[in-house]
Amino acid sequence: MSAPAGTNMRDQAALASGARLSNQQIVGIAAAVLVGLSLPLFVSDYRTFQFTLVVVYAIAVLGLNILTGFNGQFSLGHSAFYALGAYTAAIMMDQWGIAYYWTLPAAGMVCLVAGFLFGLPALRLEGLYLALATFALSIATPQILKYDHFEKWTGGVQGVVITKPDAPFGLEISQDNWLYYFAFVVMILLFFCAWNLLRGRTGRAIKAIRDNPIAASAMGVNTALYKSLTFGVSALYTGVAGALGAIAIQFVAPDSFTFFLSVAILVGMVIGGIGSIPGAIFGGIVIVFIPNLAENISKAAPWAVYGALLILFMYFMPLGIWGFIRMGYARLMRRLKAS
Amino acid sequence: MELFLQQTFSGLAFGGVYACMALAVVMIYQATDHLNFAQGEMAMFSTYIAFTLITLGVPYWWTFLLTMVISFVGGVLVERIIVRPVEGTSVLNEVIVFIGLLTIFNSLAGWIWEYTIKPFPSPFPEEPVFGNKFVSTHDLGVIGVTLVVLSGVFLFFRFTPVGLAMRAAAQDPASARLVGIRVGWMLALGWGLAAAIGAVAGMMVAPIVFLEPNMMGSILLYGFAGALLGGITNPAGAVFGGFTVGVLENLVGAYVPFIGSELKLSFALVLIIAVLVFRPSGLFGYVVVKRV
Amino acid sequence: MALLEVSKLEAFYGPTQVLRGLDFSLEEGGITTILGANGAGKTTTLRALCGMVRTRGEIAFAGTPIRGSGTESIVRHGIAHVPEGRGTFVRLSTEENLRLGAYTRKDGDAVSEDLERVFRYFPRLKERRAQQAGTLSGGEQQMLAVGRALMMRPRLMLLDEPSFGLAPNLTEELFDILSAINKERNVSLLVVEQNASLALAIANHAYLLETGRIVISGTAKEIEQDESVRKAYLGY
Repeated sequence: MSAPAGTNMRDQAALASGARLSNQQIVGIAAAVLVGLSLPLFVSDYRTFQFTLVVVYAIAVLGLNILTGFNGQFSLGHSAFYALGAYTAAIMMDQWGIAYYWTLPAAGMVCLVAGFLFGLPALRLEGLYLALATFALSIATPQILKYDHFEKWTGGVQGVVITKPDAPFGLEISQDNWLYYFAFVVMILLFFCAWNLLRGRTGRAIKAIRDNPIAASAMGVNTALYKSLTFGVSALYTGVAGALGAIAIQFVAPDSFTFFLSVAILVGMVIGGIGSIPGAIFGGIVIVFIPNLAENISKAAPWAVYGALLILFMYFMPLGIWGFIRMGYARLMRRLKAS
Repeated sequence: MELFLQQTFSGLAFGGVYACMALAVVMIYQATDHLNFAQGEMAMFSTYIAFTLITLGVPYWWTFLLTMVISFVGGVLVERIIVRPVEGTSVLNEVIVFIGLLTIFNSLAGWIWEYTIKPFPSPFPEEPVFGNKFVSTHDLGVIGVTLVVLSGVFLFFRFTPVGLAMRAAAQDPASARLVGIRVGWMLALGWGLAAAIGAVAGMMVAPIVFLEPNMMGSILLYGFAGALLGGITNPAGAVFGGFTVGVLENLVGAYVPFIGSELKLSFALVLIIAVLVFRPSGLFGYVVVKRV
Repeated sequence: MALLEVSKLEAFYGPTQVLRGLDFSLEEGGITTILGANGAGKTTTLRALCGMVRTRGEIAFAGTPIRGSGTESIVRHGIAHVPEGRGTFVRLSTEENLRLGAYTRKDGDAVSEDLERVFRYFPRLKERRAQQAGTLSGGEQQMLAVGRALMMRPRLMLLDEPSFGLAPNLTEELFDILSAINKERNVSLLVVEQNASLALAIANHAYLLETGRIVISGTAKEIEQDESVRKAYLGY
């Protein structure tokens, strides 16, 4: 992003690293938020429901991105944390009658701890081996969810059904629309927190570990602590997404949380942009709407498309859509400046 | 005692299947330092090809050979066309492409042959050998076939010039080029062989678990566990690991009550993490020292 | 026609240029040595000949242009490279290493003959034929590397600092064998060496490389007898 005239070097550095937002960026975000908030007014309830899922998956993709894109720890196992969040919400609402809004922080906390704990042995694992361990986690998850000793909570193979919440204070908004606004606000909050976390000292440490772990620890960064914490935060985000998703879909069952869910989140991250916060929204759009389009061809088609996209993006657009847009914008700005 | 023998033999049969997957995975790992996450789905796809051939009336053992050949060619093509562009780039890039391959093979199988579960024939007779109560003839057959295939592979690597060249190319590509070995093609051959071995695993296990697109997911996981346990840098170790995991999985499932048959995958998960954390080189592998 | 003709050869490691336009040629049957200090570009020259680094210019081997081809194609023309670090396959046996030298050959019986011949030149390798190459001593690994190159039945053998890390008596032994190989098997040698006196003792022709350029060329005798050259460039 080229800096407007009159900014000094420190400002330029801050802008370049994403630590401060330029005026253009602030306007862009404000516009996006306005568009987002007004969407339900123009579309059907079903479409709104789909947009809610876009938000849900955007949060999940951001969760994965925090770990893989920003911290360099490769996870193929995020479906496990999504499932954990989803089941936490389902059990709280179905078994203990707790209101839906409390399930989000609860799911977040449970996943924070779970992620941190998984992150501890993962400390010793580099790239490929971590991918393997998380792959194993993903594959094992549905079986764990079906385990009969847990059945009184998880509902076994049948899963758990949840009732959709009504808009509060008797507001005249449909359930779908209310849920969308709720999810949207949660997303803004979470995205802001992520941006805040990643632009400061913590964020720099996290990114340093990704770029050169040995140098990072030589510079005094407690890599072990940061890596485990990042795992926890990443799981937290994905868990909150899971909880939201469960509330939106009103149902959790083991076979919704297979390895292929991890693949979907991965696809969202790759297409949206590895290491990009706004890209997560593109990721969410892709995850929700590709099946929408491709399912007309065949039940299997969306996955073939996901697979093909993963490969094609690695060849041609490794920075994802957001990276592509940024590069395009930068080039456009340079050309305008030159003329 | 009877239970123990039954579980052990059945475990050895599955172990043979896992050993094939482990060997396939290790072969590619040795040559490229990458784990082919798509190995299971490729094997599943090969098994569907076999299914089609059998449905067309091709006799079983001809189908078996033909499927191995087709899988071999497929493996070579996948390496040359899809994997080559990202070879040598980051771990992230390569793993993502493998996951993409996994997804494509899985969905293509579902698309072409649908998701309904299909029976897959066993070439071995139903009656138990000598009327014994411990092991089905199919299980014995699986053990036999996988041992034959694995031995064949070892003989190939140890005693043929191409096998030697492949080992050299995997261990030290730069020096291999200096003696004129076309390292790229050795890599492709490795993929082809791995795919053929995977096909054997699929065809041997399909009669037991039934043919459906998701059949190989957990089997690949056990294959990984076996490879890690035996030593991912040691093909013989990986084979041993595969058999061991097969037997262990069954015995643990039979004798440890809370795991039963329902948490076997978690057992594999714990095994993988335990090996990676405590002894990454496995039982028989060597330690790779990372230079800073 | 010279066996090897090199014209305006430039070589780069990434953006850094290391060779700045070499012109030289080798006649068949001779021993040529490239001398120079560390960093002069000697190793890079051999690598450039084998297509292991990015190059510009022209290289012709027996009249065929080879610059720009891949290493595995270049060596198939009849060039064997014994690299810095020897390039032995440490986890394969001695015999397997040697047989790999013959990988591209189709004449099976002659290969067995050549194997026996290598064992005659290097009896120690015969003793250790089944041993894992990584367990051989430094000197033995050097012999193995030369033996493997010989198994290729090359017309030209490139050797990068064969004396490196070897005890003096072993080095003399090795150079005697190199001389014998050159005469008996008609293998032309291009030897890169820091140990100038050793190299000049067996070479016919010598080139002196300094920061990527050839600064002196002449017969080995001329260079050895030129005191100013020896003092300025070769340190003795």
